[in-house]
Amino acid sequence: MIKLKINNKTIEVEEGMTILEAAKTKGILIPNLCYLHNVHECGSCRICVVEVEGNKNLQASCITKAQDGMVIHTHSEEVRKTRKILYELMISDHNKDCLSCSRNQSCELQELSELLGIDQQRYEGKRSKDVVESSNPSVERDMSKCILCRRCVTMCNEIQGVGVINSQNRGFDTLVGPTEGFDMMDMNCTFCGQCTTVCPVGALKEKDSIKDVWKAIEDPSKRVVVQTAPAVRAALGEEFGYPAGTLVTGKMAGALRELGFDDVFDTNFAADLTIIEEGNELLKRLNAALGGKKATLPMITSCSPGWIKYIEHTFPNELDHLSTCKSPHMMLGAITKSFYAKKIGVDPKDFYVVSVMPCTAKKYEITREEMAKDVDAVLTTRELAKMIKDAGIDFCNLEDSTFDNPLGLSSGAADIFGTTGGVMEAALRTVYEVVTGEELPFDGLHVEPIMGFDGIKAAEITITHTVPEWSILKGVTLKIAVASGLSNAQKLVKEIHEGTSPYHFIEIMCCPNGCISGGGQPRPTTDEIRLKRMEAIYREDDEKTLRKSHENPFITKLYEEFLGEPLGHKSHELLHTSYVKRGKFNELL
Amino acid sequence: MNQEMTCQCEEVSEEEKLGLIEEVIEEYKGKEGSLIQVLHMVQGIYGYLPVHIQQFIALKLDKPLSEVSGVVSFYSLFSTKPRGKHTINVCLGTACYVRGGKKIVDRLKEILDVNVGDTTGDNMFTLEVMRCMGACGLAPAMSIDDKVFKQVNPDKLTEILDLYN
Repeated sequence: MIKLKINNKTIEVEEGMTILEAAKTKGILIPNLCYLHNVHECGSCRICVVEVEGNKNLQASCITKAQDGMVIHTHSEEVRKTRKILYELMISDHNKDCLSCSRNQSCELQELSELLGIDQQRYEGKRSKDVVESSNPSVERDMSKCILCRRCVTMCNEIQGVGVINSQNRGFDTLVGPTEGFDMMDMNCTFCGQCTTVCPVGALKEKDSIKDVWKAIEDPSKRVVVQTAPAVRAALGEEFGYPAGTLVTGKMAGALRELGFDDVFDTNFAADLTIIEEGNELLKRLNAALGGKKATLPMITSCSPGWIKYIEHTFPNELDHLSTCKSPHMMLGAITKSFYAKKIGVDPKDFYVVSVMPCTAKKYEITREEMAKDVDAVLTTRELAKMIKDAGIDFCNLEDSTFDNPLGLSSGAADIFGTTGGVMEAALRTVYEVVTGEELPFDGLHVEPIMGFDGIKAAEITITHTVPEWSILKGVTLKIAVASGLSNAQKLVKEIHEGTSPYHFIEIMCCPNGCISGGGQPRPTTDEIRLKRMEAIYREDDEKTLRKSHENPFITKLYEEFLGEPLGHKSHELLHTSYVKRGKFNELL
Repeated sequence: MNQEMTCQCEEVSEEEKLGLIEEVIEEYKGKEGSLIQVLHMVQGIYGYLPVHIQQFIALKLDKPLSEVSGVVSFYSLFSTKPRGKHTINVCLGTACYVRGGKKIVDRLKEILDVNVGDTTGDNMFTLEVMRCMGACGLAPAMSIDDKVFKQVNPDKLTEILDLYN
């Protein structure tokens, strides 16, 4: 422990903390902007400067370590004056169209203005950049709003290990983006949107789909279907002032109906369907491998379109490891426009399917040629909140509603798709039971070793006995792994590439900790908020009577009435897809 | 006589240059912090660093192109455009500026018909400016390649340039 004095108050903190962190433990808040705890701590904006006695210059408190005997002033006149100057200089090169900015009232720069008591703008000067990029389906860049905090650069390079954007040029000409002359679409961008979740201003955001969706709702010739991903219900409430981790499933269904959607379906139904198809695909591959036939193992999940684009660019020769299953919302789109269309006698062409996703990569996914027309528009969680507000819906006072059937019923196994480890656990609940005839032998059906926030998790499950038709698996120890965040995913695929991977089945989610921290989720996503969202997801699962995908009665019915059998002809036509070999510069290989 | 002045590197084929670049990259691959060194050497081989060469380096070093171009565009030493046979650097440090460095730049722009950073049509000269070359006592100063010219008179620039034509 070390002792130091902050604002005439002697405090004792553990060694190794920065001044900012040390002050925070004692309730002293130092204004900051570019700082992101544990993610981006580089002192580039200097807003968090403090006076340290004995030092000639003010120190950036987010990178200066607290030391024994330090005497610090966090709000002396000099400090306050300097922060204001720094702020005014920053906004002298900032597009201040705040009223028409998508981040109006949710902008960290705006908040900081209030916090610092900014009451004038003394510096009017040349503006450095006006680059706007909106040529890709997922992410929009407006550099006239960028304040060069470089949080997005850290996310893209260090957390995701992709490196599409970085600082270009120098000084006044500095610009954050891909190499000059390239768009994100020309590069190996996965469209994960993690850059959009950390941008403090309106420089990086999802490509707007709200207008298209309103237009479809207003069009009387369209049957507009909406579906929501599991992670949305665990985060949407944050946009309406609920504490993180509040489940708003019922209110969300009610709000969607009030918005005017004709059918309110649940992507979770298709998550159950995914488990049936993917589980069977795994068993088929295991069966073939054990029977001495050719089979590509480990099999890797394919629900996360950012992850798919990543592997296509980075390991184009390992695409056979991917499950051929489409992501759940694409499956639901396909089933809506075939099975459901036939059932209610509507021409599939008259359907307009909207997916509400915690994801920006899914906006790109629906433009992929291999599955064009399954889904017509993707809204992020943030966009849905905007629409609800725009429609004047009093979200907090809405009565709970439910999803429409038949494509609205789901098991708890589907709920946990929203968090890292969830797809794997859901698959195991079904696969283990199919093979052994018994329930998955874990407390509460939760596979403990693959729960939680570690970037890479692994487990082994030995199959000691089987039902007669799966006797080939008797005595087999199933080795599984789960990774989230692309730099973690890279480690597991590298093992595959080098032929050293010990696993049979791997779950990969593009975003760190899975969809709960997706690129389309409410801002901010801190470690604490992630944890609360994850707990909410497991709570949703635990509270359901249906806990396993294969027990979903509407899934059974769907196979009986329409699909026939898992991996059958119809399934292949509607629920499975193929992948594209790409190079680093998005060229086809 | 003009033939003698032709840039030697033009005689090396594109393929040979890429081969040399690959050798440099092989030597530095995996060594942390070697990007600047690699870029410096590649510019020596290729003459400049156009985007397709940056792509080549990025792929071979297994680094993002945005990082490579970030470094290339940060340092004024690196050029993404072809360079002339000779590089003119006009000093605009405080002493040279005060003593008329700007007039030298303006006059050179006129004579050579190029902007700062650009290369003449005959690929002879690239015009650059710099902040203080440490020759304040010789202000206003300029250099052509490694040779420094002192107390440059804007009206006598053609005489200096003629030495290189």
